[in-house]
Amino acid sequence: MTTEGAALHALAPELERIAEEPYYHAAGDEAALFEAAAAKRLPVLLKGPTGCGKTRFVEYMAWKLGRPLVTVACHDDLTTADLVGRYLLIGEETVWLDGPLTAAVRAGAICYLDEVVEARKDTTVVIHPLADTRRVLPVEKRGELVRAVPDFMLVVSYNPGYQSVLKELKQSTRQRFVAIDFDYPPPDVEAAIVARETGVAVQTAGALVKLGGLTRNLRGQGLDEGASTRLLVHAGHLIAAGVPERSACEAAIGRALGDEPDIVASLDDLIAAVF
Amino acid sequence: MTSSPPSSDDTSRLTVAELRERVDRIFYFDISSGRSYESLIDALALLPRRKQDFALHWGAVAAQTHLEIGYMVILQAAQALRRMEASVAEEWVIAALDAYDASGVRAAVACLRDMDGFLARQGETGSRLTLGAVEGRLGRFLQGLSGRPLRVAAGESAWTDTETLFLPPAIDAGSREANLVAYKAIAGLLWAQARFGTFNAELEAALTEAAGEASGERYERALGWFPVLEALRLTACVDRDLPGLARDMAVLTADLPPDLAAIRADLARRDATVTDSLAWLSGMLDRAPPPPGLRGEVRPGAVARVRSERIGRDTEILRKSLAGLMAALGRQGADDGTMDIAVETGSLEVELSVDGQVVSLPPDGRAAAQSLIQDLGLIPPECMTPAGPGDWKPTDRQDPGPTATMETRADALYDEWDYRRGAYRRQWCHLYLHEMAPGDAAFVGEVRRRHQPLIRQLRRRFEALRGEDRILRRQPDGEDLDLDALVAAVGDRRGGAEPGERLFKRRSRAERSLAAAFLVDMSGSTKGWVNEAEREALVMLCEALEMLDDRYAIWGFSGWTRTRCDLYRIKDFDEGYDNAVRGRIAAVEARDYTRMGPPIRHVTGLLARQPARHRLLVNLSDGRPDDFGDEYRGHYGVEDTRQALLEARQAGVRAYCVTIDRHGADYLKRMYGPAAYTVLDDVRKLPLKVADIYRRLTT
Repeated sequence: MTTEGAALHALAPELERIAEEPYYHAAGDEAALFEAAAAKRLPVLLKGPTGCGKTRFVEYMAWKLGRPLVTVACHDDLTTADLVGRYLLIGEETVWLDGPLTAAVRAGAICYLDEVVEARKDTTVVIHPLADTRRVLPVEKRGELVRAVPDFMLVVSYNPGYQSVLKELKQSTRQRFVAIDFDYPPPDVEAAIVARETGVAVQTAGALVKLGGLTRNLRGQGLDEGASTRLLVHAGHLIAAGVPERSACEAAIGRALGDEPDIVASLDDLIAAVF
Repeated sequence: MTSSPPSSDDTSRLTVAELRERVDRIFYFDISSGRSYESLIDALALLPRRKQDFALHWGAVAAQTHLEIGYMVILQAAQALRRMEASVAEEWVIAALDAYDASGVRAAVACLRDMDGFLARQGETGSRLTLGAVEGRLGRFLQGLSGRPLRVAAGESAWTDTETLFLPPAIDAGSREANLVAYKAIAGLLWAQARFGTFNAELEAALTEAAGEASGERYERALGWFPVLEALRLTACVDRDLPGLARDMAVLTADLPPDLAAIRADLARRDATVTDSLAWLSGMLDRAPPPPGLRGEVRPGAVARVRSERIGRDTEILRKSLAGLMAALGRQGADDGTMDIAVETGSLEVELSVDGQVVSLPPDGRAAAQSLIQDLGLIPPECMTPAGPGDWKPTDRQDPGPTATMETRADALYDEWDYRRGAYRRQWCHLYLHEMAPGDAAFVGEVRRRHQPLIRQLRRRFEALRGEDRILRRQPDGEDLDLDALVAAVGDRRGGAEPGERLFKRRSRAERSLAAAFLVDMSGSTKGWVNEAEREALVMLCEALEMLDDRYAIWGFSGWTRTRCDLYRIKDFDEGYDNAVRGRIAAVEARDYTRMGPPIRHVTGLLARQPARHRLLVNLSDGRPDDFGDEYRGHYGVEDTRQALLEARQAGVRAYCVTIDRHGADYLKRMYGPAAYTVLDDVRKLPLKVADIYRRLTT
């Protein structure tokens, strides 16, 4: 990195474009909705349980719309500076580094805030002026108001299944978004996805999906969530790599879902029932 | 076990005189029976001291529940100790006491006499697996399979009435592994009966037709063969979806004669239904069916009864909720307006419209309607008539009020710890939940005025507890530069020293993730000053807690014997500190007795479900647990309360007890041992103390 010249006193992270079409199996009209929202410059909220394909969907849409994608996984220590940017010290000079959100706003990228409820409440507020007709991002530390270029799009996701009251999206935030519901796909579609992603036989994929359904029945019975499509894909990968079916499911699904011996035993029972 | 007989060596065997004295002490109150206790002394006289002690100890324990049981325990102790280890013999006594709790003294005595039966259930070989040990696991297994809760219960043979799966109380198939497989196989078969339509036919009629008679040998054979054929069909059904379970289920049909192969193949067809099983039946009746074994049986009568009961119950609930709905819409009866119900059988969605206007059913009415659709495929018109006003049934969920008694159904049943047995009395206490009727609304305002400066002070102190941001300086990474660190680093560099790398500052927030429940004693002994102080304490507490984001709930408790433990909701976790809550605080009053175990257990359960990292239970009371007319008053109540607090700790709930007791009695230490506690010697300190204690506990 060099620091010569005033023009270089701002740095920006590199933005990635998705070159290859990501595999995505549409469940309904979500792609059309997303495209319409993108055309009308509306921000989008994706709702759904973990591992049901929200992130993959955004990747697919970024590829389809030909825009760079900036993904931020939100966590409870995510500060405004982590999104907007901060001064760095290089040599004896301070240099401004755009945060991922600012970079996306300038470059016309899709900025995807994954699990937005995990972020601190004061952090969530910085997206408000971006998520209405103003489409601006105030960068307080630089006294700058960054106007979003037309291609910029804000996408956030959250999982309404969280029981915690601490993890609710405020009305003032949620009422700025077009919301698209996601859920685990219907069994035949989910089986097709698992087979396509992992290369296991259709029958094996069907059995994995069956197992996924059984574990989802245990929601609230000691399990917060059943096996997500992602976990089924993990199990499929292990099976494709030659791990016996039961061991693959025990590792990728049973142990991944629970810690308590009782619950794990019950999950093992379900695995043994399917395979 | 909290209690066990004292051990001593055999040389100090009790003499007949000593035995007579001990036995007399146990049966002191039994003067009216005229029974002779000489037979007991005879039975004990020649036993070694260890066995004498066992018999006397457990005889005394049992006699506290019922003298007859105590008598039987001592009488049979010698035989029991010959046949089983002392630890198993303890179980034998406890099983009898459980039988007493459930069904009375005759059942208990029968249980003691039936030592063979007890040993068969208990199992000593180590390879046996009891249902109790796998009940939870099987329950979750079935929940996973079916998506709805199916009850699991012990029965003398395996069968299902479509709501409960009755399974053998123990299985011995050679190894633990094989036992578990057998349990899963039976549970799977019974689940499959309901899932794959074994009961979709009019079974009684169909069996009668196949047998050509409604009772007698051929009918019995039909009844014996039918589950065999269904087991073959269902195993094939299960195999299509759950081959692993089907492999386990194969043990259930492994003993069948080989000449059933053709039938097996026919029933394995994808489109085979219960009708096909019934079709094979008439040809099988020339020979006796194989013994049922683990396959269990089918009880068409019981299934029909449960099904029709369920339909009746659901109809009743649906009509009730329609009546409530019509009343809410301001209509009088069935003729007033037209009702229409649209049903989506696949997703079980129900849409109700009145005069073309869509209205939503209350949740229980909706559930009943959905259940009816599952049983009948539609909602029959007679279910759609709103119930008239004269239809009140004791099962109606109306506010039972403070005079609720045993006729109403308890909202929850709780086990109670009996320290003498060292075991729980199962489902012993009946807990009723009530909403506190609002009291004098002016009370809170008046307390607030009276204690204004104190409240202000409390609020200031509480404000300091809020999860504020803290700036961490000199961090290796952060959202902003730490200028002090930067200046120092530049200075270091200029001076040729190695500059520090920690040049940033970062904000970190200490988050309070906390849920608290307050449990307030409303027993009669709080009448007067204590009650007044409790109410004031609650006001001060709420005023102070409003400064924080902590979730808190307030419950009051009182009761009158184990069959009526009352818990009054003053404030739920989700409720704000609003006028309704203020009114309910004002209404806290001295009522009946103090049976502390059930309220602690219930509120522990509520707390455990709260989404918070820390859970706190604060119990305000005025001393010793006490209840009307039974043994709770004494050591028993202290031990049960202690046990309930231990359970709370195991559930991840921290308990704290604040008690007003001028004498600082010694039982407090024992009772509140599992929790922490404060004893106040002066009631007047309570209002200020409670908020203060809370502050201390949560920082």
